[in-house]
This record gives sequence, structure tokens and C-alpha cells, in this order.
Amino acid sequence: MDSMLIYKALLTVGVFAVSLGIAAYLTWGERKLAAILQDRVGPDRAGPFGLLQPLADGVKMLMKEEMIPSKANKWLFIFGPSFFMLTACMTGAVIPWGSGITVDGVVYPLQVTDINIGLLYLLGVVSIGVYGIMIGGWSSNNKYSLLGALRASSQMISYEVAMGMALIALTMITGTLSLGEISRQQDAGLANVVYQPLGFLIFIICAFAETNRAPFDLPESESELVGGYHTEYSSMKLGFFLFAEYINMFISSAVMATLYFGGYNFPFQHELGLEGNTLAILQTAALFIKIAIFIFVFMWVRWTLPRFRYDQLMNLGWKVLLPLSIANIFITGIVMWALGKLN
Amino acid sequence: MALTNRSKQVTVRELTWSERLYLPAIFKGMMITLSHIFKRTPTVKYPDQIREMAPVYRGQHVLKRDEAGAERCTACGLCAVACPAEAITMESAERKKGEESLYREEKYARIYEINMLRCIFCGLCEEACPKEAIFLTDRIVPSSFTRGEEVFGKDKLVEPNDARVDVSKRQRKEVLEFKKDKKHLHNLTYQDARPKVTAHH
Repeated sequence: MDSMLIYKALLTVGVFAVSLGIAAYLTWGERKLAAILQDRVGPDRAGPFGLLQPLADGVKMLMKEEMIPSKANKWLFIFGPSFFMLTACMTGAVIPWGSGITVDGVVYPLQVTDINIGLLYLLGVVSIGVYGIMIGGWSSNNKYSLLGALRASSQMISYEVAMGMALIALTMITGTLSLGEISRQQDAGLANVVYQPLGFLIFIICAFAETNRAPFDLPESESELVGGYHTEYSSMKLGFFLFAEYINMFISSAVMATLYFGGYNFPFQHELGLEGNTLAILQTAALFIKIAIFIFVFMWVRWTLPRFRYDQLMNLGWKVLLPLSIANIFITGIVMWALGKLN
Repeated sequence: MALTNRSKQVTVRELTWSERLYLPAIFKGMMITLSHIFKRTPTVKYPDQIREMAPVYRGQHVLKRDEAGAERCTACGLCAVACPAEAITMESAERKKGEESLYREEKYARIYEINMLRCIFCGLCEEACPKEAIFLTDRIVPSSFTRGEEVFGKDKLVEPNDARVDVSKRQRKEVLEFKKDKKHLHNLTYQDARPKVTAHH
């Protein structure tokens, strides 16, 4: 299986490159969409429609002076953004980007690895992602950074509980933690959102909180905490923090599409009369369309809603979402028992 | 008393459980932002696009030449006296022999400066000028990096011979009517005035 090993290595690099490329263009898309929603023009100077703007931003980030505060812990200061970026990129490994390409009778799956605990891996990597923010904010030796880091960690822990509970209800239906298997199940049946509408709602709200996006962007909250955990950061280390947020957004959109909206499957895909690689390519395209819609929702929400107050954030997490997700587990259990699906 | 029909009575009360879910309010807000996708952008991409000026717009000044290309300004200083912002300074000089084609009158402005940072673009200089020499145009004063650059000298104010500035917008019927008592001999055009001026001597 030497060729498979080389293929997997190439696929890993490919997923990495696509995540980075998409994240780069999300910075452009975010600014453009914000402009459109606010009746402005947005970036339009660099290249046609401002399409070279990410390049200009990247060059700017790299060329900026790099500052490390003299009282900061230098190694942890550098480690923070690097780790945050690393965890953001790691999550792409378990997502099935397509059903698989067949060449010479060998099926090359479009998923780096289909581990049977894929969902658990995803949750684990997302949770350790907060260490990047926490270490970065703490090592800055700045009260704003520390407050931002504290907010980030408490927010992430609070919302992970509800998120995990929502996923428990999902796994009760699917009976598996493998993302590839969940995708295949949705090909045979309906998309999971039909069975788990409440679970999906809880999951998407938690996804907003986990990616530190508005209205849950309290860790940054530039209006009260200067810049939150990245107050002291400059140059490409700041770029890593900002960039990782977009990668997280892309990956969580992919996760939502995979878990709740049928993954790479699209309606009536077997009635088209297409098969093999053509269908596989169309499926990947369908997945990316779903991801694009979710990303649009992410941005749309950001440019609509103001930031939560901190007590509102905690109330929503613990007093609304957590009871709702537990109720969701019970409802799912009762319905499954009534339909005789429990074994 | 309500000034508009949009005022709303607000109360301070605890949110109900369904309100604490925030979802209906969020949905309402998102529909508002969505509707803005289909709205027109009012942006004018200056300097690629220049917004159409109102006919009475008062922008950067021009020092006019007459039909033969001689500067009309005689450095009488009435504009500087009229200027409420004291933005205009000038220094006069006597016209030498052989410079008749350059300056219309025997006296001319050797230095003529308008400080664009002081100027309030009221147009009183234009009103005061007995020689139809200074006009405000529909051109926008360009920005600069230093204050010094904003003091415009004759190099920037006098219209070039090969690129005349149209001020017909400023010479509307009402303006000409207002100025008709200033229609003196020396205010006529170069060709008309010249023989009569020499006849006086």
C-alpha cells in the first residue's frame, strides 16, 4: 500500500493548502460581505473586486515589526499563536471531503483518515485549541490579554458542554462516531437535521461560541478589552490568531454540513445517472456549497448582532442551552424507544 | 407629546424565557441586514468618479486671463479686504515696457497667494473683484501632506493659456445684473478696451 501512503500524504498537504487558501479568501469575503450588508463597497483597490487583498494583507502582516513585550514569557508568547494555528489545521483531517476517487480499481478516499472516534477527535482538538488563546493571553503579561484569555477559556468550556450534549443525541441516532460512516448513513436516509433540529440549533450556537465569532466574540471585544488575548501581538503572530479564526470557521462549517446536512451527499444524486468519479467530484462540490452557505451565515450573524454581555453569555450557555440539550437527549431517547429503534 | 409616530414606550423588566432564547429577535435583525444586500451602494469612488457638483458650488479659485491671454488682476487688494478669513495676500508691481501682452493693466500682482486652509470658500473675493479676475470654480482643492503646500501661489491660481478654466457658471444672469454697476471701461474685454484706454492718454 505504498501508493496509498503517498496519496494520503498528498491529501494531507492538499487539505492543509485548501484550508489555508479558503481562510485567506474568507478574510476578503468577510470584509466584502460586511460592506455589502452595510451598503458600502468594501475592498476594491487590489486587483479586480479587491481579489488580491488577502495577498496584500499577508505581505503587510509579514513585513510589520515584530514586538515581544520585555516582561512577557517569550517561549509561551510564541507558542500560543503557533498552537492555536496548529489545532485549527488539525481538525480538517477527519472530515470526509467526498466519497472517493477510483483510479485503476483502487478507491482513493477523500478523507485523510476515517478513524472510528472521529467525532471525539474533533471535540478533543477543538477543546485543546483554547490552550493557544489561553497561553497567548496569559504569557503576554497584560491585564487585557489575561482578561480576554480568561473569557475565552470559560466561554469555550461552558459551550463545549452543551455542544457535547447535542452531539450525544446525534450519536444516539447514528450509532457511530466515524464521520465517514455518518456521511454514508445520510446518503441512504435523510439528513440528520430532520431528526435533530433542536440539536442542530444548539450545535450551531455553540459553534459560534467555540470559534469566538460575534455575538460571542468576548475574548477579543476590541471596544472594552483593547484586543483581548491578542492585545500584545503584532506581525505574523497576530496574523496567526486572526487567520486561525477563519480556519476554525471553515472547519466548523464543514463539520456542521457533515453532521447535520448530509455531508457530501446532495438530493437525488443517484437519479442523475452519473457514477464513479464524476459523481464524486459533484459530491465534493456539493459539500463546498454547503460550507459556503454556513460561512455566509457565520458572517451574516456577525454583521447583524451586537456582542452579548458576559452574564447573558453565561446564562445562555448554562441555563438555556444545557437544559435544552439534555431535554433533547431525553426526547431523542423516548422517540427512539417508541419507534422500537433501541437495541 | 410624541414628535414622530415611531416612538415606542419602553419598560425595564426581566426578559421572559422565550425572549432569553433571543432567536425571534435575532431572526428579525438578520432579515433587516439581509434586505441591505439588495440595496444600492451610495458610494462615489472619488477620484475615479467625481460627483456632479451643484451649479452654485464654490471650489478652488482661478485667476482669469482676458481673451488675449493677459492677466486681468491689477492687485487692487479689494479681494483681500473683502475676505472674512484673511486668506488672501498679494504684492503689486509695475508693468514694464514690453509686458503688455502679459498683464492687462499697468499694475499687476507680482505675488498673489490664497491660503486654502484659511479660505472658507464664501465667494466674497469674487464679488468684490472689479476686474472679473478671480472666480471660484467647481474644482476640488487637492489634498496635500504639508500645510505649506496648501498656500496656493500664482503658479496654481492663474489659469494656463492653453487650458482655460470655464467660469460661465459663475457669470449667471443674476450675477451679471448684480455686477452691472461695475461695468467700467477697464472691465471690457482686451480688444474693446485697449484703443479707448490709449485714447485717454
